[in-house]
Order: sequence, then C-alpha cells, then structure tokens
Amino acid sequence: GGHYPSLPLGYQNAAPPLTQTLVPVPLSQPLGGPGPAQLSPSLAAMSLQSSTPEALRVVNLLQERNLLPPIPIPPPTPCLQQDLQKINCNPEVFRSTLTSIPQTQSLLNKAKMPLGLLLHPFKDLSQLPVVTSSTIVRCRSCRTYINPFVSFLDQRRWKCNLCYRVNDVPEEFMYNPVSRSYGEPHKRPEVQNATIEFIAPSEYMLRPPQPAVYLFHSSTCVFCQSLLDNIKLPGDSRTKIGFVTFDSTIHFYNLQEGLSQPQMLIVSDIDDIFLPTPDSLLVNLNECKELVQDLLKSLPTLFQKTMETQSALGSALQAAYKLLLPTGGRMSVFQTQLPNLGVGALQSREDPNQRASAKDVQHLSPATDFYKKLALDCSGQQVAVDLFLLSSQYCDLASLGCISRYSAGSVYYYPSYHHQHNPAQVECFQRDLKRYLTRKIGFEAVMRIRCSKGMSIHTFHGNFFVRSTDLLSLPNVNPDAGFAVQMSIEENLDDMQIVSFQAALLYTSSKGERRIRVHTLCLPVVNSLSDIFAGADVQAITGLLACMAVDRSATASLSDARDAMTNAAIDSLASYRQSVLSIQQPGLLAPACLRLFPLFILALLKQKAFRTGTSTRLDDRLFAMCQLKYQPLVYSMLMIHPALYRVDDLSDEGALNINERTVPQPRVLQLSVEKLSREAAFLMDAGTVMYLWVGRSCQPAFLTQVLGVSSYAAVPDNLHLLPELDTAESQRTRAFIGWLRDQRPFFPPLHVIRWVSFLGFIRSNMIEDRTESALSYYEFLLHLQQQISK
Amino acid sequence: MAFTFAAFCYMLALLLTAALIFFAIWHIIAFDELKTDYKNPIDQCNTLNPTVEKVKKIKRIKIAIKLVLPEYLIHFFFCVMFFCAAEWLTLCLNLPLLAYHVWRYMSRPVMSCPGLYDPTTIMNADILAFCQKEGWCKLAFYLLSFFYYLYGMIYVLVSS
Repeated sequence: GGHYPSLPLGYQNAAPPLTQTLVPVPLSQPLGGPGPAQLSPSLAAMSLQSSTPEALRVVNLLQERNLLPPIPIPPPTPCLQQDLQKINCNPEVFRSTLTSIPQTQSLLNKAKMPLGLLLHPFKDLSQLPVVTSSTIVRCRSCRTYINPFVSFLDQRRWKCNLCYRVNDVPEEFMYNPVSRSYGEPHKRPEVQNATIEFIAPSEYMLRPPQPAVYLFHSSTCVFCQSLLDNIKLPGDSRTKIGFVTFDSTIHFYNLQEGLSQPQMLIVSDIDDIFLPTPDSLLVNLNECKELVQDLLKSLPTLFQKTMETQSALGSALQAAYKLLLPTGGRMSVFQTQLPNLGVGALQSREDPNQRASAKDVQHLSPATDFYKKLALDCSGQQVAVDLFLLSSQYCDLASLGCISRYSAGSVYYYPSYHHQHNPAQVECFQRDLKRYLTRKIGFEAVMRIRCSKGMSIHTFHGNFFVRSTDLLSLPNVNPDAGFAVQMSIEENLDDMQIVSFQAALLYTSSKGERRIRVHTLCLPVVNSLSDIFAGADVQAITGLLACMAVDRSATASLSDARDAMTNAAIDSLASYRQSVLSIQQPGLLAPACLRLFPLFILALLKQKAFRTGTSTRLDDRLFAMCQLKYQPLVYSMLMIHPALYRVDDLSDEGALNINERTVPQPRVLQLSVEKLSREAAFLMDAGTVMYLWVGRSCQPAFLTQVLGVSSYAAVPDNLHLLPELDTAESQRTRAFIGWLRDQRPFFPPLHVIRWVSFLGFIRSNMIEDRTESALSYYEFLLHLQQQISK
Repeated sequence: MAFTFAAFCYMLALLLTAALIFFAIWHIIAFDELKTDYKNPIDQCNTLNPTVEKVKKIKRIKIAIKLVLPEYLIHFFFCVMFFCAAEWLTLCLNLPLLAYHVWRYMSRPVMSCPGLYDPTTIMNADILAFCQKEGWCKLAFYLLSFFYYLYGMIYVLVSS
C-alpha cells in the first residue's frame, strides 16, 4: 500500500474517525433539502435568520468535510400546498432541476442554473390506475389531458392549467364509477392521480395496433440459450419472431409451419439485398414454437463451423429493415466486431496512443451517416433497433450507436466479453438479456410534453426522434429509458402561482391495446433568487448538465464540454454569493441544497465519459456518454458518484425489515482514500457494477464468515459470487447487496477484489483524491473559489 | 447608351436575384412550416437537401433541382460574372456572402449527400431559430441587392 495524500490542516480536524458509532439522522425536513450534515460550531453561531429554510443554510465548503448525507439523497419536495403536493407526480417519474420555477427568463439567467425536466415515463410502477372510458377529457385548445391540477369553476366547467381555457365537463364525466356517485367530477380517478393510464379509443390509432414483432439479428449465437429459456416473449397470440444471421453473406431462416426443420436461405449479393421469400421469415411464435426452438438449438453448431472475419452489418441491417417494414417491431442486433464489408463499413479510427491524451479527444461524432439515416427510416416505420456490442476491440460505437439513438433503441456494451475467460461479463450479459427479453414493451409510441403557457421546451435528450416541436417518435418504449428536456421561459409568468407540465405517452402494449400514460407535475412559481436556490435539485441539475455536456462534446469539443461544466459550478455559486448572501464571509459558500454540486461536477469531470489524461478506450468513453443520456437519473447518479459503504462491520442497528429480511443500512462514505482502510472491507455501488474490496489486514472473521476463505491470501482472484454461508455476517452482507440489487431492474455484477489489485481503481473511482491528471476535491474547491472571486 | 458586358451582367444578376429571392422566401416558409408542425423533419430535409444518386461504376453525383446548392452556385456565378466585368464594388459587396456560404457548407454535419440540414438536430430550438434568422437576413440581402443591381444596370447603361 502507499501513503494516503495528506490533507490541509483545516480539513483534518473536521474529519470524524471511522470507528465512531453513528446516530441515525432524521430524514423529514419541513421544506425541501436533504438531511443535515454536521455543522462546525462556528458556522452554527453565524447562521442567518432562524427562519431560513434548511435548504438555504449557508455552508462553507472549504471548512466542512462531511457533506454527504448518510443515506442516498432523496429528491427535494416542491414548496406547494400540502394537498397539491400529496397528489403531485412521483419524483422518480418526473423531476425538475428547479423545484421553484423562476418568474421570468432574466431571473433564470441570473440564477445561472439550467432549467429542465428529467422523465422516466415508462417506469415499472407497482400501482398504476388504469381508466377505461369512452371519453377522454381533454382541453379543447391545447389538448391537455384532465389532471389533478385543473380547477373546476363549477360542476360543469373546468379550467385547463396549461392554457387557462375554460372547457365543459362532458356528461359521462359527471358520473364517478369508483364511488358510484354523480355530480362530483373532481373525485374521478383522472383528477385524483397525477400518473394515470387510459385505454385509448380508436381515434388514437393511425392503423390497427400492431402485434409484437421481434427480430434477432446476429453474427454470433450468444443469445440462443437465453432466448430458449425465455421463449415466452411479451405479446399475445399474434406475436411474431424472426431471425437473420450474417457474416460476409446474409442468412435468412424459413420457419414456415409444416416444415420438418428450419431452412436456411443465404443471400450473398450484399449490395442489392432482396428477401428470398415473401413470408415465413417472420412467423407466428405460438404456431411455430417447435421450429423456433429447433433453430435456436442448432444455431450454435452452425456458427462453430465458420471462421469468417468479415461482417456485412450494414447490408444485413437493410435486409432486416425490409423484413420489418410492413409491421414495425423490435430488432435486436448482436455484433462482435467492426463492420468491414459492404455498405456502412467502418474504419478503425481509434489511435491507442491517444487514449491517455490530455488534449482533446477526436472521433466522438459518427464517421458516416448511414446508420443515422437507417435509424430514421426505421423510426418512420416503427422499427426500433437495440444494439448489443460484444467485442474487445474498437467497434466505432460513435457511428454504430446512431442506429439505436434515433430509433428509440438501447445500446448494451460488453467490452471484454469472452465465454471462457470472463465469466463475470457472461453472467452480466445473460442477466441483462433476460431482463431485456421479459420486460414490458410498448410499440409505435409517441410522447408529447406540454408545459404551461409561457414556458417552452427547446432541447431534448434521450434515444428518440424529434418529429416536431414537442412530439417525440418512439418506435419502442421500454421501462429502462430516461429522457431529459431543457426549457426556457418565453413570457413572464407574472400572474401565475403554479405551473404544470404534462408528459403523455401514447403506445401500443404488447397485447395489442392502445394506451396512453399521462404524468402531470405541478411546481410553484417564485420571483426571488433565494427561493430559486432553495428549490434547486442538485442531482437533477447534475444529470441535465451531463446530457448537455455530451451534446457539447459531439458538436464542439470535449474540452469545451469540460469547461462548460466547471463554469456551471462557478457561475451558480458566484450568483448565489452576489445575489442571495447578505453577509459576505470568506471561503467558498454554498446553500445547503447545492453543497454537493462541486463534488458532483468533479465526479463528472473524472467520469469515463469526460476524463482526459487517463487512458480511456474510445468505445468505453462513448458508451459512458450514451448511458449518461439514456439512463434514468437515479442510475446515472450512481454511475457519476458511486456509493461507498463499509461492510465488514454491518450491524442490525437502523436496519430495515423488508419481507422478513433484515437489511442493514450502513452509512454512505465519501469517495476518498482517506475513508478506506486496510483493516476493513468496502462495497462500492456504481449502479451497473459493484466492487467489494477486501483489505489486507481485514478481520479474519469477515474472511471466514462472509467470503468463506481462511485467510486473505486465499481470496480467489475473480470471485464474483458471495458464498451462501450460514453465518449472521454472511446473511447481512448478502441481504444488503440483494437489497441494493432489487432496487434496480438490471443486475449489477459483483467483483471481489483484493487490496493489491485495488490500487488500479483509486484513480478512476476515488473522486475526492488527486491524480496525475486531475485535481483533488479540495483543490477543485480552491479553483472554484479563485474563479468566483475574480 | 452602350450595351456593355457590365450592363449585361447586371441584367442577368437582376433576373437571377429574383430567383434567389424566391428561394429565400421558400426557405422561410419551409422553416415556418417545420416550426408550426405541418411537416416532419425527414421530409423537410429531403426537400431542402439535394438528393444524391450514385451510379455505381462511374460514380457520378447527379444533383436534383433542390434549394441549397443551386442558391450557392447562382451566387458564385454572380461573383464570377462581376469579376469578369471588372465591377469591383459590386464584387466586394458580394464577397462576404460568398465567404459565409463557403463556411456554412464546410461546417455542415456529416452526411453522404450534399446538404446542410440534419433531420435529427434541426428541431433543436436554437438551430431552428438560427435557420429562420438566416432566411430572413438572406431575404433582406437579396432584396437590397436586387435594387442595387437595378440601379447599377441603369447607371452602367447611362454612363457609357
């Protein structure tokens, strides 16, 4: 091991020792803001008026070291009346960067924080009210769905909260089927729930709802076993399935009912693709199930024989597109190398010597627009393309990723996939594939986001195609996709107390039902800068800035994006200092709600997507950028700032009782080597992957009772599964890790790492420490302070 | 009144500027349609960009009659004509626009066909606003240059 970097004196005193027992911190706050950190006595005495809400409490970032609350940060609650806030949309579904909207654009510009919304509209919800109604009540002018924040002028008229037009209540709406009462339209479920799903009548269909159509398009056979295990894909009796494989030629499979075995048809003219037979390449899954299963069992042997190194991905995609053209559906592409043949062939653009360059990174934008054009064609025909990249070499994700980005697909990336040498990645892939095959899916979807009069949306982030100023075309919608939008205030919101936002997602379910999922969010309007700062949601701001930075690195350059992120921190804190603080104190001052902002910005700068000076493969970087834009906020925050826990001293103190399992709740630690120690074991949760570090002098009790080994030296090198031992410590550790995993739909693999391999991770993961190419957290704060005082 | 080459240039420029004004108006209407939701971006970009047909063996690019490149080529043709006619003042007035056209074409997004507009980014409010402003500025410029050529033509006809 090495020496830990020494901290400035003022810092060292504020750090609490690791062995201190922790008192659980109360969560509930009267007005917004996360739980309180420990205040040093001097600041407590100097605090501003006692009526200042918790969120505006002044924090001197240079003096206070322990800013991270012990539990994951909850989203701030908007400052609304109690009855409105109770029915407001769940922040996991719909979240704003500023929970108090500024009244004018100039006020927003003064606050120097981005205004935007982060959505997760198709999230798997445990409780979703579904309404089947012959009339769906909508505003006549702006077509907003009726929602809990409309006002009823009397029993017969309602006023839209987005455009303020007065509408009539239709006769059918006066009857409430839930309570079987008449004359109380405001008690209907549409007006009581901010998240609701309607069954759409035929006016909402451009064509009869399409069946679920799945096409598997691959140059390898890795998916066959998983698909065999999960052959019951979401759908009904009309579900169709098809397969296309390719290398330097394209292979179709005739699965017509009545054939004794699947028939392979090879098309070798890749410049002029045609479909060998008009039908029976896409067959009904229920009728031809045995044939499909036969094919999946025989595909691995087919692939073993070929030793092809050429890949005609572009032509194969065109062929697959032709196949899905009439109906639309989902195409899953499994690719293991750079496509080097035919149309859409790509060159290897990455220079391995430039991976660690401290200057700008090249080749972040697509080399050709073939995949983008094909994605747009697919989007027009309601075909979504999901890309699984299983290659250890450069695959030009910048160009290939376009096929998913504009057709509302998703990108999965397994850089060191090898079925023998890397079982952890194989397991990760299998579990992700299982989730992918079994999760809910919506077809031929469109989403429209409406805002109150005076506000407008100007930029969209996520995987979709923007069809018009507020309409997003999503050939497929899945529960793991997140979206972000940036807004501006076109007219002053002078007379308005509240503004509302509504996201309406119209989709065809896998059972062929046309449905509309509506989420409505309501936020207060304020006209003072201090109120705006009090309502800032630091995690949402970080998420939106990450999306903006990804766009900026593609259009301008990576260093531009990095500067823009640093300037975001500088500008907002400078604005706070000038406009909100009445007493000027030395140090770097921030409101309590933004105290983690510099930490998150530093984490973004050290993130794989944006870091310079550390060797980063181009595809890894691009995949990290894709994930920052695509993932819902809660997972991208874990990716940006992983959660670190000490796990060798788990206790039942403060534990949660879920399903009769006691889940311990260790405290979240700061990402600094100072918090680590060789005598302990730590778990780092980075969203998509987890690391369990075992210290060299770790207590033998932990080694024997949790890892099942007798000594530190006996910890195996690539352990990724905790043994199921009967000891209390093992149960607690597994319960905790299982609880973390249960909170997310995908399966993060666990890597158990010994101390010697640990040093390699310091640079990438311990965000608060200094590396050769990046500042430590304290130095970053000093840099910010210097820039602010200019 | 002598009918010199310069007069001929101005006359031709007058006619072609009328065509350019028409293009600029079409450009403005097209973006307005996009903004107010009547068309979708893919069709719009296909209309505004020239379509490309690649003949496989000969690799010739055939540019169909669309908006962007014809406008640039016509304007370039003007500049060449005025250069040949030694009308230096007019040439200098047109040079900034020529430079702007060259810059605009060089910094367009990566695409396989000649053109400026990318359907996936065109709906970004800032890009859309930029294109609309560009349309209005060009319309103003072409209108002013129409009257300038008219004046120039009469001046050249009268003075020689």
